[in-house]
Amino acid sequence: MTKNKTISSHRISSEDVDQLKDISGVNVYACYQCGNCSSACPAVEFMDISPHQVIRMVQLGFIDELVKSETPWICAACITCTVKCPRGVDIARVMEGLRQLVLRSDFEHGNLCDIDEKLRKKLPQIALIGNFRKTIL
Amino acid sequence: MQLSYYPGCTLKTDAKNFEKSALAVLKHLGVSVDELEDWYCCGVCFSQTRDNLMQQIAPVRTLVKAKESGNRQLLALCTMCYNTLKRSIEFIKDDAEKLETIHQFMDLETTQFYGNEVDVVDILTLIKQIGLEKLKKSIVKTDAGLKIASYYGCMLLRPKEIAIDSPDDPVIMEEILASAGCENVYFPFRTECCGSYQIVNEPEIVKDRTRKIVGSAVKNGADLMVMLCPLCYFNLDEIQQDIQKEDKSFQTIPVLYITQLLALLMGLKPDIHDFSLHSIDPRPVLKMKGLL
Repeated sequence: MTKNKTISSHRISSEDVDQLKDISGVNVYACYQCGNCSSACPAVEFMDISPHQVIRMVQLGFIDELVKSETPWICAACITCTVKCPRGVDIARVMEGLRQLVLRSDFEHGNLCDIDEKLRKKLPQIALIGNFRKTIL
Repeated sequence: MQLSYYPGCTLKTDAKNFEKSALAVLKHLGVSVDELEDWYCCGVCFSQTRDNLMQQIAPVRTLVKAKESGNRQLLALCTMCYNTLKRSIEFIKDDAEKLETIHQFMDLETTQFYGNEVDVVDILTLIKQIGLEKLKKSIVKTDAGLKIASYYGCMLLRPKEIAIDSPDDPVIMEEILASAGCENVYFPFRTECCGSYQIVNEPEIVKDRTRKIVGSAVKNGADLMVMLCPLCYFNLDEIQQDIQKEDKSFQTIPVLYITQLLALLMGLKPDIHDFSLHSIDPRPVLKMKGLL
């Protein structure tokens, strides 16, 4: 996680925070940072910001940093984090919300030509469609 | 018992062996299914956004077709389809405003859908409904002595609102396999994600997952791994070969759809299995255990 960020009321009440709440419908303020989500996440070691840190950063309004992060694109929406959360925070929906914040402003995001041709030929449709649904608007 | 059947895209292509074996097993158990006359892609991954109804139209159109079929139950063999259809119902039912908006975008569908007219069912639950005793009686190869690792993946267990069993400690596959005379191998990774669609952009994640899931099943002494999801199947079958190319010490394990195993134990014709679709050939193990 990026260190030494200044917390401000301006950030916390920003439009981005409201938009993320509108898209995801999640109350991130229920999170008390136990870290269950990060310990259960099967892909956490590939992320640059771990799931519980993502929730803390949303609480503090660091949306700009989160939409530049790799984490939402590493998340495969397996929902393990959500099932494990003792506070009922739907972390998987927050990840989807962050992806959508990017996709709704960047219509060029995701390029089918970037997929390795050899791999593409052997992939089942569900892999491709699933990927498109999460990485292309 | 009569129910409708929604195959989804992959069961007609890469997972033909799943469709053929599942329908053969059901027929053997006295259940006939009617494939929907017209169906659409479910969208694979359920949209978790609260405000985007466009992504619900694909599953709802199929659910309308299911309602029109007249059967209460709709069988979804593919677990991605099961998850998407089931969650779509959860999302729209009892919400008149959302339903009205979705209907405004469906020009071809004239049937009104309210969300509570169709029960989406997976094949494990269906087999339990048919009865484990009946399953037990249908098994002819009772002495195969197979040690089976059942892999659940995500889509049948999460989120808990649509789970077919406990999301943390499911037993339904083990119950079915115990009735079929198999020895169950429990391994800690059986409910963990295989990496899913990340195989497209982040194959290293899937490799890491496959290595851990397969490694755990092998370490616990399994002869075979069985599952239901065609995407897990691809990731865990195909990617094992890639791992072995990089690491000769990596021990592979054949992967089957659970319905393929049940069909073999029932003595149904091996030609429904299409073993050419497998990356790790299961035939040596199956021959050794007298199933082929």
